[in-house]
Amino acid sequence: MKDNKITLSHGAGGRLSHELIEEYFVPCFDNALLRALDDSAVIPMQSGQANRLAFTTDSYVVKPLFFPGGDIGRLAICGTVNDLAMAGAKPLGLTASFILEEGLSLEDLKRILVSMKEAAAEAEVQVVAGDTKVVEHGAAEGLYITTAGIGAISDNVVIGSAQAKPGDAVVVSGPIGDHEIAVLMARGEFSLQGEVESDCAPLNSLVQAMLKACPAIHSLRDPTRGGLATVLWEIANASGVGMVVEEGAVPMRKEVKGVCDLLGFDPYYLANEGKLVAFVPEKEAAKVLKAMQKHPLGKEATVIGKVTEENKGKVLLHTPIGGHRLLEPLSGEQFPRIC
Amino acid sequence: MNPHKNQDEGRLAPLLLENIAALADSPMRLMEVCGTHTVAIFRSGIRSMLPPGVELISGPGCPVCVTPAGEIDRAIALARREGMILATFGDLMRVPGSSSSLQEERAKGNAIRVILSPLDAVKIAEDNPDKTVCFFGVGFETTSPAIAAAVMEAQRKGCSNFYLLSSQRLIPPAMRALLSAGKVNIDGFILPGHVSVVIGKAPYCFLAEEFGLPGVITGFEPLDILEGIYLLLRQRKEGRTEIEIQYSRVVQEEGNPRARGIMEEVFAPVDARWRGLGTIPQSGLALRDGFSQMDAAQAFDLPLQDIAEPPGCLCGEVLQGLIRPPECSLFGTRCTPEAPVGPCMVSTEGSCAAFYKYGRGDAAK
Repeated sequence: MKDNKITLSHGAGGRLSHELIEEYFVPCFDNALLRALDDSAVIPMQSGQANRLAFTTDSYVVKPLFFPGGDIGRLAICGTVNDLAMAGAKPLGLTASFILEEGLSLEDLKRILVSMKEAAAEAEVQVVAGDTKVVEHGAAEGLYITTAGIGAISDNVVIGSAQAKPGDAVVVSGPIGDHEIAVLMARGEFSLQGEVESDCAPLNSLVQAMLKACPAIHSLRDPTRGGLATVLWEIANASGVGMVVEEGAVPMRKEVKGVCDLLGFDPYYLANEGKLVAFVPEKEAAKVLKAMQKHPLGKEATVIGKVTEENKGKVLLHTPIGGHRLLEPLSGEQFPRIC
Repeated sequence: MNPHKNQDEGRLAPLLLENIAALADSPMRLMEVCGTHTVAIFRSGIRSMLPPGVELISGPGCPVCVTPAGEIDRAIALARREGMILATFGDLMRVPGSSSSLQEERAKGNAIRVILSPLDAVKIAEDNPDKTVCFFGVGFETTSPAIAAAVMEAQRKGCSNFYLLSSQRLIPPAMRALLSAGKVNIDGFILPGHVSVVIGKAPYCFLAEEFGLPGVITGFEPLDILEGIYLLLRQRKEGRTEIEIQYSRVVQEEGNPRARGIMEEVFAPVDARWRGLGTIPQSGLALRDGFSQMDAAQAFDLPLQDIAEPPGCLCGEVLQGLIRPPECSLFGTRCTPEAPVGPCMVSTEGSCAAFYKYGRGDAAK
């Protein structure tokens, strides 16, 4: 490619489009299903594999495109893999659709594609179909990616937001808030510098390890936008139960807490991209926790609270001084305070 | 960070609460003047733990909340000017002016930057010599030294494209106005520790001397606040009325003379309008003569309009501690953090937003 930038011709469907796909996309995601370059990828089902499929899609528009611990490509793979994993599904294949802005450097595109390839390898999933469009300069910010995924759910797994039961242990897989703080700092708007990296990671193998320890896990969610508070509130409402969470037990890096204190942010509303919350039958909690802690993405997993019969639809946070308050879903967006 | 903080809190809080309960033999209404305290009180669940007689009332100490709509309109007028970059604190973005907000103006394509430190605005001016950069500086004594430092920095660097739209306010004159109005019924004050880091203790002594009310300069950790409440109750028990410092690990009795020196070099006190409280003598800060070439209000001829409060909005009463947010008929119905009518629902530190976000759980046990 000559001038190292995406041009509108790359999206015109002609020779340049073909070159872009052959030189950039296919080598990165190389696999038999994609290489066919047919209108659809055809995924064979193994007999007796699963009676239910999970099917999901998500679009990624993060700014900046690259941030400590990840980039838009890694996010696009992990986000969709994680949405499948939260249904207890093993991913069978992903699709990726790209909207490229005229002027995007091919070097950046390559970096993002390689990052997607690596994330897909970590998740042991293939990108089996894709699409590319180019929009004129100013009509997008660099690039947007939409991924979709299908996954197979084992017959003995019944996970859902409405399945949490009184007595369940509430387990988080590690410290919260890293992703949003990492992206916030990478934007450079606040002249903040720090060591926080995004937690962006595919959680499917952690979930499989958990399901191996206890197939009867009731609910699983990854607290992305809206954060831990919003996810807990949604589960409490969907399941018609209450929850008690011990504030002192919620894991959080001191750098994240520091930025929150400085900006007046509430860490319970910060987005995560490599964490999950599990609602586990009380008797199985220790076993699940042990399985999580053995996995690299669950080393800091811990029980933060439990599901209650009373206070239906409410999440009560016990504070370290012995008080309590309600965790409500995020309203509006968080802005840094003045003093 | 203290790794034992949670354990310490768990151990010490019950002791403080026992002492508070022992002294709370008759009702005591305490005003936490500052929004940072309001949020800390809600977040730590302190309201849920206090004995019934001890009531906490939120005061006017939220800089965004007391900024009149007319001043937001002035900032919007600046942001709309060709070649202008308006820099401001994030809290101000959603505050409604008379017909728009800075957030809406930014969505329309006007150059508005959210910054954390006033010095960032000077940096923006340096990096964009072909643009005019105006910093919309809202804040109390905690923020003013940093704004003063930015003004001095701009002058030192000869940034002729840097301007300040000053919307700064001082806490003690507002408290005097509040008490002089005679409407509010308060038995003591939880005073903001970070303000006193700058101004020290003396500016609050009139509370005790002229109005017979005790005050405790208090830190922002949950244990600080509980101790502040305890100290106020202990003063009553011992028949004392004075200004005490709970936050002594940070606050010096004389404050920070150097920070005050910078403030006084750059700014002079002027009468200022407060949302809900009206015009309060000598409660604002304007650039002194040596710096007035940076005064955006003068340079761009921005008259200050008097804007009526939105119909039904009781932010004024809330800011004076005359009513609790849920007593306003708009609260949680027409006025929510997503679609705020009044400024107290906008700022993270506004009492209405804090009540909406945290306070509705008071009934749950």
